[in-house]
Amino acid sequence: MSNRPLPMPTEDTKPYWEGAKAGKLMIQKCTACGSLQFYPRTYCMGCLNESMTWVEASGNGTVYAFTINHRPANEYMKDKTPYAVAAIDLDEGVRMLANIVESDIMKVKCGAGVQVVFEKASEEITLPQFKLAG
Amino acid sequence: MVGKPRAAIVAVAESDLGKTPGKTAVQLQAQAARRAVMEAGLTFKDIDGVFAHTDGVFPSLMITEYLGIKATYTDSTAAGGLSNPSHVVHAIAAIEAGLCNVALITYGSTQASDASRKLGGVPEDPRSPRSQFVTPYGQMTPLGYYAMAARRHMYQYGTTSEQMAEVAVAARKWAQLNPKAYRREPLTVEEVLSSQIIAEPLHVRDCCLVTDGGGAVIVTSVARAKLLRKKPVYILGAAENQSHHFTPFDVKDWLDTGLAATAQRAMQMASVTQKDLDVVQIYDHFTIGVIQALEELGFCKRGEGGQFVTGGRIAPGGSFPLNTSGGGLSYGHPGMFGIFLIIEAVRQLCGECGERQVKDAKLALCQAASLVFSAHTTLILGRD
Repeated sequence: MSNRPLPMPTEDTKPYWEGAKAGKLMIQKCTACGSLQFYPRTYCMGCLNESMTWVEASGNGTVYAFTINHRPANEYMKDKTPYAVAAIDLDEGVRMLANIVESDIMKVKCGAGVQVVFEKASEEITLPQFKLAG
Repeated sequence: MVGKPRAAIVAVAESDLGKTPGKTAVQLQAQAARRAVMEAGLTFKDIDGVFAHTDGVFPSLMITEYLGIKATYTDSTAAGGLSNPSHVVHAIAAIEAGLCNVALITYGSTQASDASRKLGGVPEDPRSPRSQFVTPYGQMTPLGYYAMAARRHMYQYGTTSEQMAEVAVAARKWAQLNPKAYRREPLTVEEVLSSQIIAEPLHVRDCCLVTDGGGAVIVTSVARAKLLRKKPVYILGAAENQSHHFTPFDVKDWLDTGLAATAQRAMQMASVTQKDLDVVQIYDHFTIGVIQALEELGFCKRGEGGQFVTGGRIAPGGSFPLNTSGGGLSYGHPGMFGIFLIIEAVRQLCGECGERQVKDAKLALCQAASLVFSAHTTLILGRD
């Protein structure tokens, strides 16, 4: 567990990681123009407004693209191969990266529907992940 | 009639290549730089602009010191594999602005001897966007993203692994004509497809090599170039753009990157079109990258890149001479390949390529992409 590269949240991203810990996928939303953005930043990239709020995403999305890794990217992943990494388009419109877990990874396809699940990686960090829907 | 030259390349050189145990990256750059200034008939006293990229910090000052140069302008732009082509764009601007007269551009790496492309790579600040939103998922960068782009290309256009393999096979055939290439043994489509799968759908032979090596390019004004030893190669068009680091979440279409825009600007500046070009060098980090670039450069329609590379079209003897050194896939790839695209294009235009020489090559295009379709540079080079 200890050799797994895990994020260190910042002021900007803390609500995202706190949300994940509570089983919620939280996305940053601008209080002025209403646009959603990922990853979280200090202000709205669209209108520069500094007052950002958070909304809980439905957790539903689509696989935009994916790969199955047969070579591990780090020590921790060594006994996880083969594993799937996917670019997920959330129904809310933002794109993020995650593993496809709790699924037959040979069935992952571009355009496949996915649903968020949460993986406790350490006491501090829970990672949003996705499984194939249905 | 091509456009007015913006600047000229008056010498190019490589350092020792392949495996260079005992040498440092700085030594390789110095070796290439010495060969280049001698080829141009210059000394380091004539150099007043230094543009360098390598692992480590402040590389242009390191090179300036090591070569005993008194510079009036330096640039250590680090944007991945295209850093040196990007330096060429910056050198044109610096020369036109009168900030320097003769620019030395260098690169060197001993990553093969250092075995520095290990699992995990360079430790990164765990608060960075990549560390928070990419690394925890075991994504290999840049490989994983290009594997995803390949998967997407297959999904949207029906591109096949065999078509991607054709890119590697053609590169190997060119390498067999280049005595300096690192991998020259025969390679077949079947061998590419049966090589180890790294990140589906990419096999190890779909990926560039890991080697040592360095290079140097000297750029000066057109007027100055005419007074030097070699016939100049003119820089007729140059354009770059940049949009992200390792988290391309805001790029909605991963098959429509910034590449096309740099190609259009560079070709417009040079007053050339695709059909005018005699030889093309495309950064071949991964086979899919070449297919994608051919489409974005406008050599074929979107989605037809896979078809385009089949039937030996891009191999020696084909109608579209591409990556004539053997490229990053077979000639060598010391971490950043950009400078070697320029070196090969210049040599083709100077008629110095022996067995792999493209007959009467007068106009060349160099195209480089960096990181995860994060930055792009296109150069158009030509001779009288």
